[in-house]
Amino acid sequence: MGRYVARRLLQMIPVFLGSTLLVFCMMYALPGDPVRALAGEQTVDPAQIAALKKDLGLDLPLWHQYWNYLVNLFQGDFGTQIASGRPVAEIISEAFPITIRLALFAFTFVVVAGISIGIFAGLKADTLRDRGLLILTLLLISVPSFVLGLVAQSFFAHQLGWVDPNVSDAAPWGELILPATVLASLSLAYVARLTRTSVAENLRSDYMRTAVAKGLPKRRIIGVHLMRNSLIPVVTFLGTDLGALLGGAVVTEGIFNVKGVGYTVFGALKSREGSTVVGIVTLIVVIYLVASLLVDLLYAVLDPRIRYA
Amino acid sequence: MRGAKSAKWVAGAIVVALSATACGGSDGGGDTGSTGKDKSKPAGYISMDLTEPQKPLNPGDTNESQGAYVIRSVFTQLLTFDEAGKIVYTNAESVKSDDSKTWTVKLKKGWKFHNGEAVTAESYVNAWNWYAAAKNKVQNAPWFSDIKGFKSVNPGEGKTATSEKMEGLKVVDETTFTIELEKPVPYFEYKIGYSTFAPLPKVFYNDPKGFAQKPIGNGPYIFEKWDHKKLIQVKANPDYQGPNKAKNKGIQFKNYSTVEAAYQDLLSGKLDIIRQVGPKDLPKYHQDLGDRVVDKEFAGVQTLVPAFYSKTFKGIDPKVIQGLSMAINRDQITKTVLNNTRTPLKGFTPKGVEGYQELDTDVFTFNPTKAKQLVKDNGGVPGNKMWIQYNADGGHKEWVTAVCESIRNATGVDCIGDPKPDFQTDLEARDADKVKSAYRGGWIADYPLNVNFLRELYDSNAESNNGRFKDKAVDEAFRKGDNAKTLEESIKLYQDAEKMLVEKMPAIPLWQYRTNGGHSKEVANVDLDFHGEYVLTDVTTK
Amino acid sequence: MPEALTVKDEKATEPTAAAPAPEKAAKPRSLWSDAWHDLRRNPLFVASAVLIALLLTMAFFPGLFTSADPRYANLDYYLQKPKWGNVFDKDWLGYDVQGRSIYARVIYGARASIAVAVAVTAIVTLLGTVVGMLAGYFGGWIDTLLSRITDIFFGVPFILGAMVVLTSFEVRALYVVILALAFLGWTQIARVARGSVLTIKNADYVQAAKALGASTPRILLKHIVPNAIAPVIVVATIALGGYISAEATLSFLGIGLAEPTVSWGVDISSGQEQLRNQPSILMIPSFMVSVTVLAFIMLGDAVRNALDPKLR
Repeated sequence: MGRYVARRLLQMIPVFLGSTLLVFCMMYALPGDPVRALAGEQTVDPAQIAALKKDLGLDLPLWHQYWNYLVNLFQGDFGTQIASGRPVAEIISEAFPITIRLALFAFTFVVVAGISIGIFAGLKADTLRDRGLLILTLLLISVPSFVLGLVAQSFFAHQLGWVDPNVSDAAPWGELILPATVLASLSLAYVARLTRTSVAENLRSDYMRTAVAKGLPKRRIIGVHLMRNSLIPVVTFLGTDLGALLGGAVVTEGIFNVKGVGYTVFGALKSREGSTVVGIVTLIVVIYLVASLLVDLLYAVLDPRIRYA
Repeated sequence: MRGAKSAKWVAGAIVVALSATACGGSDGGGDTGSTGKDKSKPAGYISMDLTEPQKPLNPGDTNESQGAYVIRSVFTQLLTFDEAGKIVYTNAESVKSDDSKTWTVKLKKGWKFHNGEAVTAESYVNAWNWYAAAKNKVQNAPWFSDIKGFKSVNPGEGKTATSEKMEGLKVVDETTFTIELEKPVPYFEYKIGYSTFAPLPKVFYNDPKGFAQKPIGNGPYIFEKWDHKKLIQVKANPDYQGPNKAKNKGIQFKNYSTVEAAYQDLLSGKLDIIRQVGPKDLPKYHQDLGDRVVDKEFAGVQTLVPAFYSKTFKGIDPKVIQGLSMAINRDQITKTVLNNTRTPLKGFTPKGVEGYQELDTDVFTFNPTKAKQLVKDNGGVPGNKMWIQYNADGGHKEWVTAVCESIRNATGVDCIGDPKPDFQTDLEARDADKVKSAYRGGWIADYPLNVNFLRELYDSNAESNNGRFKDKAVDEAFRKGDNAKTLEESIKLYQDAEKMLVEKMPAIPLWQYRTNGGHSKEVANVDLDFHGEYVLTDVTTK
Repeated sequence: MPEALTVKDEKATEPTAAAPAPEKAAKPRSLWSDAWHDLRRNPLFVASAVLIALLLTMAFFPGLFTSADPRYANLDYYLQKPKWGNVFDKDWLGYDVQGRSIYARVIYGARASIAVAVAVTAIVTLLGTVVGMLAGYFGGWIDTLLSRITDIFFGVPFILGAMVVLTSFEVRALYVVILALAFLGWTQIARVARGSVLTIKNADYVQAAKALGASTPRILLKHIVPNAIAPVIVVATIALGGYISAEATLSFLGIGLAEPTVSWGVDISSGQEQLRNQPSILMIPSFMVSVTVLAFIMLGDAVRNALDPKLR
């Protein structure tokens, strides 16, 4: 087990380096000069731009910039924003907690509601209840999340006045209910469908028949035998989904004025703050990698046949 | 409905579960009620939406309107302008010149910075030298280039400065200094109203970077705190002696990621003043706000600037451009697509600046028949196709499309929008002479004078002349205005130059900006200055 | 462009039915023909197929549905409300901010939206299948390398990545949006293809072909691809719907396709401004996007059910 984890952690290093390099190159390829941009429509002094770029190390070739970035990163330095002169680490530490809270909220919602709906439908596969729920999930998947967000906002906030259309700076849980629900909807539908299929399949398996034949109580059959086996594909999906929720928050955050990662990346992209974009995407990649490791470890717990050596 | 309700309940259950284990919940500052007043705002303060200033708060490094709002509340320059664009002396007692070349500034006595230091002639001279010096790398350095000796502190790319001080600035006594210019500028007095011409206290020079995070000025407000990307707070300066003393207790500049969010807060009373109502709310804001609407034109213009190096407009007959101008139905577009956020322009200078004139021409009036004729008779547009470059992140898409369709319907010239993803890319293409055929120009007055809308944009050597319009006669006319003996004469000569521009068409003026803002029930006396910014010192609370 | 879709589907079915015939004719043939047999009786499949046929007709021959020009703007009609009674007339769904017929725009908008999705799916399927197949079949260091590369691209959030790619192009043409979506989209297919190849590469017929001395390309093309493609097709069909949604999302964020291209995404992004004033301008193209996504997802679902013997 320990060796397996160590090997997985080692494998993460090239993936981590690759992703940062990928994003770094993408940012480097962007047109638009962040230093020039500061001046807006006003006159610019080329001498000054050159001097500023030199200070920031932006005149170096790509590989050199990337090298400097990595060296700094391993010393815990995410770099400095060009315009505001603030450390990127500070920007990240402002933006991440809110988005993580939003994503975790959505994630919990996905897990609880998605799996419940899935089991509920899967236990009575091919009945009217199942069909109805399936169609509902299909609808959730087909409506783009921004449409859902705008509709939910105008209905619950503008028409009914139940909630605030915008999340305030402190982002208390109550205000995150609506954005988190919208963010969760797509994954929720997927999880429900996955669970449903998996439950329906496993219901017909031999071990289930044996368990029923043995006269085990229904709660134990469903809770232990069925759930444990049905959740394996669901867990795989959930592992990759946390990263997607973080990334997908761009849209939801925009609609509900949540000042999290999406808002920050969107702004940084527009002002060509490369180090900010790279820093944030890198962190999301790390979260994704750790999550998928956890998923693989969870397999072992769910399925005793899997043993990591 | 049932589904929605139970989902809400499930969500509620999660809230309880999560908040028990969550790391770092709310900071306590935020209010959860959906309506009602903002409790985090001290009594007597007013609040306005303002996006995060792009750069730290150094008067020499702030050139966008966000930061400028804060700079102007914390710092007072020598003079400012009233609503009609006339000069009002603030820190200066007088600014005088006999020859438009050497200017004598007398300061009002007894002024102090917020840390108690006296505001002297030296506070100004040293600050201006610092802003201008190349080694300090601030953006507003070019603003000081009229002053004699600018080249010695800021000699341009690749050269080293030979001095730290501009020889044109001389301290005469405690409250008097003189400014000698390289050559006469009749309207120099107007230029020093710009926010960068602020004085600095001595503590600035110890740590300019740290200073810009918590500036100490001489203005009507004292800087309190800057909670990055959330809030900037200033409090009224009780010892302020200028004419623009604050009539409220302080200001909170609140950051919103969208204008819609700011507007919602205005409606629910959490925000007092909104600078500009977003496009989503524009159709209804008069209805929502009633007499709390602030809707007024200001000295900023939008133009269509042909790139005179492009295939489309190289060597084109100005009459064709006149034709295109007449093909644009400015009245209808401003009333519909633009939701009355603009007022059609009838010349190159907007209303509200000194030297504005009514031009006797029909070039700016919609006339599809004549437009088609003019374009056809004078050689047409090469390829019968043109593009209008704009930045997609600035809300220009709709009107550019409307202008294009207007041109297409009237003249048959196929006109297509050419969006650049954001302003940066847009600017880069303009700087590099890579505009396909024309671009969306925008200009907001730095100082309320017609010169600002003519020379800075259409002079062959003007840095913002990105259409690369070159015309000897026009340059000549501008020179004449610059060499005028008095300000009045200079304004008049520039008016003549503007008349000449109608025949040369360096750009197609479209409309001038309006501010479409509003305020809450808690505040009164909300008004705008010449460039459409709120006069926050005058706002009172109820 | 949408031709690719129909051609691809046929290709997917035909060679698979015919190709493996010499060695192992019975099994694959029965899978595909069984599937087809099942599909025809599945109301979901029939409904989605009819819907997709209708959408494709719209994309190819918009003129059949309306005579109005989607680009013709007349501000006299600025924001005119829908006249629900005038079905299929140009003022049926009202007019947009530019005074253009929304009905005409919705019809003509199908082409760009579907073209983007089909092209992205085609690229992604091709690239993903090749990468996944090579990784799965050869294993060893090739697998390690390709899988890590896949991980790198998979880890970068989809919409964020597409945003960066789009920003780096100055033009907003169809191909740019296609590239941006395909850039990070192929990883999902690659993973599915790899998994699918892994399960069949040790199958008897593959071993038999190897033993008979068949060349590697031949084994890959004649045996591996036809037998491993089913899950890929399912994922691709569902992803196609997702790309339509993604194109609209990028437009919503203001960085997707741009005027004068007529697309649902473009109309959605400009319709937002009228959300409070006249929501139908935003809702009509959004509805079209949702319906199209739904059609493709239902199709994918039906195909999956038909192909997955476990569910039968």
